[in-house]
Amino acid sequence: MTPAVAAGAEGGAVHYAAASGAFSLSWLLIALPLAGAAVLLLGGKRTDKFGHVVGTVAALASFVVGLVIFFTLVGRDGSDRAVSQHLFSWIPVNGFQVDAGLLVDQLSVVFVLLITGVGTLIHIYSIGYMAHDPGRRKFFAYMNLFLASMLLLVLGNNFLALYAGWELVGLSSFLLIKFWEYKPAAATAANKAFYMNRVGDVGLAIAIMFMFGTLGSTNYDHVFTAAAGGAIGHGTITAIALLLLLGACGKSGQFPLQAWLPDAMEGPTPISALIHAATMVTAGVYLIARSAPVFNETQAARTVVVIIGAVTILIGCVIGCAYDDIKKVLAYSTVSQIGYMFLAVGLGPAGYALGIAHLLAHGFFKAGLFLGSGSVIHAMDDEQDMRRYGGLWKYMKVTWVTFGLGYLAIIGCPPFSGFFTKDKIIETAFDKGGTSGYILGIVALLGAGITAFYMTRLFLMTFHGKARWSHEGADAKHPHESPTTMTGPMILLAIGSVAAGALFVVGGTLQDWLAPVVGEHGEADHVLSPTVLTLLTLVVSAGGLAGAVLRYQLRPVDAVAKPDAAVSPLTVAARHDLYANTFNEAAFMIPGNYLVRFLVWFDKIIIDGLVGGTAATIGGLSGRLRRTQTGYVRTYALSMLGGTILVVGALLLVRAG
Amino acid sequence: MHTVPWLTILLVIPVAGAILVALLPKRASTLAKQVTLVLTLVELVLAVLATIAYEPDKPGFQFAQRYDWIKQFGVSYSVGADGISIVLILLASVLMPVVVLASWHEAEEGKRGVGAFFSLLLALQAGMVGVFAATDVFLFYVFFEAMLIPMYFLIGSYGAPKEQTQRSYAAVKFLLYSLFGGLLMLAAVIGLYVVSVHQLGHGTFDFAALRQMHIDEDTQKWLFLGFFIAFAIKAPLFPFHTWLPDAGAQSPTGGAVLLVGVLDKVGTFGLLRYCIPLFPDAADYFAPLVLALAVIGIFYGALLAIGQRDMKRLVSYTSLAHFGFIALGCFAFTSQAGTGAVLYMVNHGLSTGLLFLVVGFLVARRGSRDVDAYGGMAKVTPVLAGVFLIAGLSSLALPGLNSFVSEFLVLVGTFTEYKALAIVATCGIVLAAIYVLHLYKRTMTGPVVHEENKLVADLSLREKLVVAPVVALIVALGVYPKPLIDIIRPTVTATFTDVGHHDPAPSVPVAGVTTTGGHS
Amino acid sequence: MNPGNYLVLSGLLFAIGAVGVLVRRNAIVVFMCVELMLNAVNLSLVTFSRIQGNLEGQVIAFFVMVVAAAEVVIGLAIILTIFRTRRSASVDDVNLLKY
Repeated sequence: MTPAVAAGAEGGAVHYAAASGAFSLSWLLIALPLAGAAVLLLGGKRTDKFGHVVGTVAALASFVVGLVIFFTLVGRDGSDRAVSQHLFSWIPVNGFQVDAGLLVDQLSVVFVLLITGVGTLIHIYSIGYMAHDPGRRKFFAYMNLFLASMLLLVLGNNFLALYAGWELVGLSSFLLIKFWEYKPAAATAANKAFYMNRVGDVGLAIAIMFMFGTLGSTNYDHVFTAAAGGAIGHGTITAIALLLLLGACGKSGQFPLQAWLPDAMEGPTPISALIHAATMVTAGVYLIARSAPVFNETQAARTVVVIIGAVTILIGCVIGCAYDDIKKVLAYSTVSQIGYMFLAVGLGPAGYALGIAHLLAHGFFKAGLFLGSGSVIHAMDDEQDMRRYGGLWKYMKVTWVTFGLGYLAIIGCPPFSGFFTKDKIIETAFDKGGTSGYILGIVALLGAGITAFYMTRLFLMTFHGKARWSHEGADAKHPHESPTTMTGPMILLAIGSVAAGALFVVGGTLQDWLAPVVGEHGEADHVLSPTVLTLLTLVVSAGGLAGAVLRYQLRPVDAVAKPDAAVSPLTVAARHDLYANTFNEAAFMIPGNYLVRFLVWFDKIIIDGLVGGTAATIGGLSGRLRRTQTGYVRTYALSMLGGTILVVGALLLVRAG
Repeated sequence: MHTVPWLTILLVIPVAGAILVALLPKRASTLAKQVTLVLTLVELVLAVLATIAYEPDKPGFQFAQRYDWIKQFGVSYSVGADGISIVLILLASVLMPVVVLASWHEAEEGKRGVGAFFSLLLALQAGMVGVFAATDVFLFYVFFEAMLIPMYFLIGSYGAPKEQTQRSYAAVKFLLYSLFGGLLMLAAVIGLYVVSVHQLGHGTFDFAALRQMHIDEDTQKWLFLGFFIAFAIKAPLFPFHTWLPDAGAQSPTGGAVLLVGVLDKVGTFGLLRYCIPLFPDAADYFAPLVLALAVIGIFYGALLAIGQRDMKRLVSYTSLAHFGFIALGCFAFTSQAGTGAVLYMVNHGLSTGLLFLVVGFLVARRGSRDVDAYGGMAKVTPVLAGVFLIAGLSSLALPGLNSFVSEFLVLVGTFTEYKALAIVATCGIVLAAIYVLHLYKRTMTGPVVHEENKLVADLSLREKLVVAPVVALIVALGVYPKPLIDIIRPTVTATFTDVGHHDPAPSVPVAGVTTTGGHS
Repeated sequence: MNPGNYLVLSGLLFAIGAVGVLVRRNAIVVFMCVELMLNAVNLSLVTFSRIQGNLEGQVIAFFVMVVAAAEVVIGLAIILTIFRTRRSASVDDVNLLKY
């Protein structure tokens, strides 16, 4: 075992220290939740009674291990914080050597804390939320499986381990979306999510093949050393980066693979919080930040990243304004917030840390918002339409306050977390310089405004205004505050969403921490002064907020949405997800169906027809031939005579010839 | 040197067993089942011991034995194991007890009696062991054809109970298709013998001796085609596949597992064992064609699987896609792809075997193979649905399960030689997700639409015992495939290097890459 | 006397027998024609024996006679059985063994 040399991209070569001490326990991070899942799934009904406890304890234990590792890492020298643990040789075939190995470094440990921390809170929340569900044990098993997969994703020390985690995360997400699989919509949404993720996975898989084909290795240290050293050809590295991006788009619900994420809201709400807001969908951001040395080498790929980020910000915002389903609005807000993160990481070394910071802050406030929405849905007997809410603040004060804090964080109200992280991203976008910088900056700014609008709309329609439901009648609702297991996590997450931004961004804490992994970045030349920009952002956000207040607070909200004919074409388009599903259906599903039908016909008629045809020809021929067997002795005798004459004749001919 | 004749022992047990079980009185059906189960378990233990005794890094055939059979023609009983055949024998031995236990009650509806069914199973096993163990081309041919007979009767006499006409049709189609290929192979085998008479002075069918010959390229091409078509039908590759869906749909469950799980592997095994080493130039010449057929098969099989309504036919078509991957790996000529292909043969036997088992259990409960007869089964039979999902996930090559390792090896190995082909083939994994999850969605999720499905029982203890070892292997081989890889890799590497194919070196090799395992 | 004449006679008898087998319907007549053919062959065998000056032809002729006798026994038995069941000795009536 050689001691670590240097962990960082700045020197070109990337080295990871070997694991010892607390780090040799890092496999426990994955093993604990995995064991939890195994116990719950194999234990069957016997574990029904205490299943949720096992699941939560497994998550909590993993979080504790994460904390221990984090503090050990903090205690180490700044350049010595990347520790690699070799577990066993996974796929060794001559030149292709893939190990099951873990990498604990500044980037992965941040994710570990986010995943296990927020994960544990959501486990606790689910104890209350799923209390009456007969499948609660399975639910916790799947959540544990998800934690293990996600931890494998961020902890793997090579791209294939990441890929394994990547697909397993897709599986857990599939299992959890279809958790209520007796609902056809949930089953369909789960399949859709898996298919679209698989499209992204193809990109990631091909990227890995490119790495192996070019470098003969898929280990982070080898790939990044070669990339940072400029050893890989420009075309190849751009191809690798774009393929990685395809994978990232699939998992993070970015354009053009965003359509599955809103549908995924068919899963139970804690899942929306855990997977489809706080952790899994940010895997794409992780992938890009992790592959920083690759993306640093290719301007073209980074440009594509920022374009996708910018487009997705707008898509998410626009559609978010049109939906009335509270979870769908939050889902599209997730899509657009991840667009911000993509925009940030696409900006290169200036933006990686900002992207991660926004990711962490988003992890807190979006999880809080989703849990809050879950609390509301719970209270309103599974009603998700905001037009049937209103005035709920009186009935559920804790939810109102915690949700409100998350809401203030997402719209970027100072001094909440979103303010610090989003503001910085907008600033960096402008700092990119040139026309593209202005375009990106303005898109990001516009996005902030629209975010403020639709989030305010959501907040007001849910908690304020007149109640559009009643205590009496057939459809009576009795909103009530949720139990402590649910409000507790909400409060903790609210604290996180208040504090996270300042903690990470002010003074560049996170930037310094992550610098060895994603690279250093000095103070950029500002195109616009930060103060002006901050004020501008605030003004735009305030504009959006004011618009929403005017529209949804000062004027009454209809309990039923207006029909498509009565609203603007943009709203209609937004209500139809900007026709993304229509496009997918027209471009892939319908032609695919026809292709399949054609091939079934082709196989049956042409290919099997050829086979059957040969058989039929031979059969027909033999049918004719057997007619010569008349049953009359004389026929046979004649043919014998003929045969004899033929043979004798032939013999004579040969003799004579 | 005194060695244990593992292969002969493995061959004799099922042969003797088949005769013994056939001779048991007709009423003693339970005894027949028990005897078969015990024998297959003994066989399994011995196969495991043989695999442990096998030394992966020793070149050439191990446990080799040779006795003259028809001396005048140079035919001998010679058996031997290399890394490829030993794992396939192991696969057959693992699946046998599973199949026996799964077919516990299945033979009762057949028209030839329970004892005959299990006797046929044992005979089939003997054929499977023999075909993998033979190192004499003639002996190989004999086993190759002999395997057909028990399978023919398994389909024809014990297949889908209510479909007399279709199952006879399927059985005859299977037999004729295979015989046609087999006869082409026989012609090529005789051709090979004639060449050996010219080249070596004395005719021989011995594989090792034949391998040393230098056949001129035109002759190679013809002989290659004779072998290749036989194997392409057996595997099957597009467009020789149409017997498989019929046979798969009409077979009894156990028969289908063995048919697709092991029997079809003879085809891909033959490609690697006979086509490439015996006719290296022809293999090079035909490689583009085979690769094209393989990639077509991947998509064709997947798309047709999506379009099926009969569950067993669907699973058969997914096999067509998987065989595409295996053939791709065999003919990419890199050690990664080749190792992946052999590993794929094992993994496919497990995952598709499990899929057939679960579908068979489901069909046995309701008597219909039509997808529309189900829906919402996850609520009624959660364990069955769970196992079904695991089998499906293995089939779509989810990391952490067995097939992923082999599929990725095939793809990455192909990529180093044929980039475009590998990229196209990788897109096939999206279709794999669709055919598996679409089937799962249609059968297992949603509300229970058919009233009679509400009373269907979940897996019984016997059925759980059947699937448990397969599921365990699927997970174990996904997480830690190294033991198998270590057995397969040397043989595959030698197969390719012997005919002059070496792995292409990475264009920008990173220093110290080969020592990545040495962290700790 | 020229042995060739015996051969011509033998050929004529054989031809008559063959045509008889082909054109007659009555099983007995067909049977007798078969006998005629056999004896034509016998005649040629004996003739050849005479020409060659050895006994082999005659030996074979004896074999033919023995076989012919055996054949007559079985053949007549078959014809008799058929006649009993079908009340007919026509060979055209016995055509069940066909496609």
